[in-house]
Amino acid sequence: MIIKRAVAVLSAVSILAISATEALAEASGKPPDDRLTIVSWQAPSTLNPYLSAGAKDVEAASLVLEPLARIAPDGQLVAWLAEEIPTRANGGQSADLKSLTWRLRDGLSWSDGSAVTAQDVAFTWRYCTAEGLGCAQAAKFDGIEDIETPDARTAVIRFAAPRPNPYSAFVGAQSPILQRAQFAPCLPPQGTDCATVNFAPVGTGPFMVAEFRPNDVIRLAANPQYRTPAQPVFGEVVLKGGGDAESAARAVFQTGEADYATNLQLAPDMLSRMAGGGTGVIETAFGPLVEYISLNLTDPDPVHGPARATPAHPHPVLSDARVRKALSLALDRAALVEIGYGAAGRVTCNIVVAPEHFASTANDGCKTQDIEAARALLAEAGWHDSDADGIRDKDGRALTLSFQTSTNRVRQDFQAIIKHWWAQIGVGTELRNINASVFFGSDPASPDTFQKFHADVQMFASMFDGTDPEAFLRNWRCDRIPSPENGWQGSNIPRLCDAGYDALTDRLEHAATPQERAGLVRALNDRLVTDHVLLPLVARGRVSGRAQGLAGVEINPWDSEFWNIAQWHRRAE
Amino acid sequence: MTPGSGLLGGAGRASVTLLIFAVAIFALMELAPGDPMAQVPLSVPDEVKQEMRRALGLGEPAYVRFGLWLWQLCVIEPLTGLDALLGTQLAGGQSRILSWQARAPVMQIVASHLPQTLWVVGLAYVVGVAIALPLGICQAWRQHSVFDRAGTAVTMLAYSVPPFLSGVVLIAVFSVWLGWLPSIYDTTHRVEDWSDLWVQARQMILPVAVLSIQTTALIARYTRAAVLENLRMDHVRTARSKGLSEASVLARHVLRQSMIPVVTVIALGLPQVFGGAVVTEQIFLVNGLGHLLISSIEANDLPVVRTVTFLMAVLIVLANLAADVTCRLLDPRIGAHD
Repeated sequence: MIIKRAVAVLSAVSILAISATEALAEASGKPPDDRLTIVSWQAPSTLNPYLSAGAKDVEAASLVLEPLARIAPDGQLVAWLAEEIPTRANGGQSADLKSLTWRLRDGLSWSDGSAVTAQDVAFTWRYCTAEGLGCAQAAKFDGIEDIETPDARTAVIRFAAPRPNPYSAFVGAQSPILQRAQFAPCLPPQGTDCATVNFAPVGTGPFMVAEFRPNDVIRLAANPQYRTPAQPVFGEVVLKGGGDAESAARAVFQTGEADYATNLQLAPDMLSRMAGGGTGVIETAFGPLVEYISLNLTDPDPVHGPARATPAHPHPVLSDARVRKALSLALDRAALVEIGYGAAGRVTCNIVVAPEHFASTANDGCKTQDIEAARALLAEAGWHDSDADGIRDKDGRALTLSFQTSTNRVRQDFQAIIKHWWAQIGVGTELRNINASVFFGSDPASPDTFQKFHADVQMFASMFDGTDPEAFLRNWRCDRIPSPENGWQGSNIPRLCDAGYDALTDRLEHAATPQERAGLVRALNDRLVTDHVLLPLVARGRVSGRAQGLAGVEINPWDSEFWNIAQWHRRAE
Repeated sequence: MTPGSGLLGGAGRASVTLLIFAVAIFALMELAPGDPMAQVPLSVPDEVKQEMRRALGLGEPAYVRFGLWLWQLCVIEPLTGLDALLGTQLAGGQSRILSWQARAPVMQIVASHLPQTLWVVGLAYVVGVAIALPLGICQAWRQHSVFDRAGTAVTMLAYSVPPFLSGVVLIAVFSVWLGWLPSIYDTTHRVEDWSDLWVQARQMILPVAVLSIQTTALIARYTRAAVLENLRMDHVRTARSKGLSEASVLARHVLRQSMIPVVTVIALGLPQVFGGAVVTEQIFLVNGLGHLLISSIEANDLPVVRTVTFLMAVLIVLANLAADVTCRLLDPRIGAHD
């Protein structure tokens, strides 16, 4: 009797347990078919890209706001809200290169149903250039004198000076068109309390904001007014932030809770192990981002007081090009890629690494490490280890360099291994790492910013927006050297001052044909890298994760990763 | 002096404490290195960054910004709160404390992060306390028994396992391996019917479990020690020798006394609930106040950091007052000589 009862109870319990397990497994957090779940672990804090230049905010806004033209993954411009790209050939760009005429597509409307007009285009320019707004994308509108709107679909940009490369304003995810009706009340000085507008901009994109929680999550619904029929394919997008790259990768590759995850900068072996499960695929794309070393051409010795690290005192060691070349020869860039980036990195010897037609081959010798040649160069430059302590010296000065960078796992690994290589050629290295919020901050009172460069060697990464590096290459002009006079602002970190280089940047500003521009870009790049003022290390790619079942993704290094999200869909099973 | 005036004095002291807090918080963050512009990509030119700094009000000297912040914190924000409640126009559209990252009122952002913090961290605290009290009492009552020894071992282990380990282990087992529970907390989920409640419960199981493990362990240890101490008291021996049942000895002569230190620990731990749980929130993407604080620190979003820190200070002071009041109720001798 007792046994019978026990059996009955046991079987009842096990049936319950099994059904509960099934119920649990059934609803195991797999997203519904119509909903696209994206993890962007650096959670967006605003959807107005003009108030934040941060990639996380710009990318999120790109689901809603669109520019006149985008840049495709191959680096080519594609007309987006515009009918076509204005060029000299089709008459869109005037012969004097001082005006550019964009024509909007016919029948465009905002997600609220009202028509998109050239007035919105002109307003966007006025908004970003308004005094007191602090527009993060202001540089995109440099040199624009006026925007005329002869009719509802035509916007004519008038430049103050001839502009051979006019495609910066309204091109790419950083400068989309805002709706004038919505943002007009947010022009300064009233512009401080426009949170609701910044959190839910009305756009033309495939999705519109349903709910925005800053630093947490965005829920977007399909835009019923979207211009392409049957798009977007997904009815809802949830863009979830928070956690870290590891939890984001886990959600796509292991638990299957998300369809897509951005910015998965993880240790290469860890990422490939997680992706090995077969539920997801790693997506990479290589754009202009490059990790490099800057050598200080000025003396950072504190004895110089305020003139420390200024051109008044050339660097006693690094002014010698042979020493700089030796430092470059001692590096094994392939090993660096393997340690730090894996599939998300490539060896590079250039500072302008992409688009392809800009990439030079003049410095390709840097790809192979040559310790012997480096030693010979240092000996030739007069550096010998006279006291047999393993560090070379000359005239009583030891060849010891201070090497600083921001605090970051990969960068500290790089520092340690570079120190090891330089020790092999008799160069001593003192390592230092500084919190990124101080190092990249522009606080003139801080002694530790990368612009003050109170060290001999520095490592960080930089890139340019869009596909034209003209503005990027102007970074190393004489007049961009950070100094006490300009409050230590300026982008010429190595303090290179070369009239020949400056003249080349002036020529680039006026060069009109693509061939001429490419030649000048390569020449400028070569000046920086073959003279070893900058030592390029790794061309870094974007790394994202995509679920197997998601199709239509074309990761784009030039524009928003979500540039073609309207076409993303689930693969039929 | 009446107990009431003692509390009033306590409130006065609390206001002074909070003012000192406000000065200290502001000064510390002014002195700390770091720059909100460090987040802006290097492709943005320096001139533009200078314009952005000016737009954030960073051009003003520190004392002006401190005065403005204090004014906004103590006057504008409460008035705005009143306006929202009563539909009045007291604040008169004066500018509120704005986050530098989101350029939106800090209080609005705090409000959007509060629900998940209260749900997850608050529930974990309640669960933790609910398990810890009986556990600690039973352990003390049957000291040196197998139950006590096992309980001690388990609580010590639970207390020493950090959430970044227990969280990841639970995810590996229940989300990755078994696939039963979600590892991502969906803050947009709304509970409208029973099946929604089930979804909500499922997504809360793992983070609540991770968080309550630590609370349980800590409070169970305190409870056990407090009860043990009182069990040895003379009045308990007297009660037992009078022939009172064990239950009434425990309930009437031991627990009331023992609860004084335990209530203090529970009350003082309460502000931590509002501070969120940085690590656990990060693991499960709960994105409550802990996440808000840490992400704002990373982005050098000082208005958010100092406002959230100040709110924490307010809650700690309030929790202290609450602990005082509760202890006075439990033992009228406390505060009788104020």
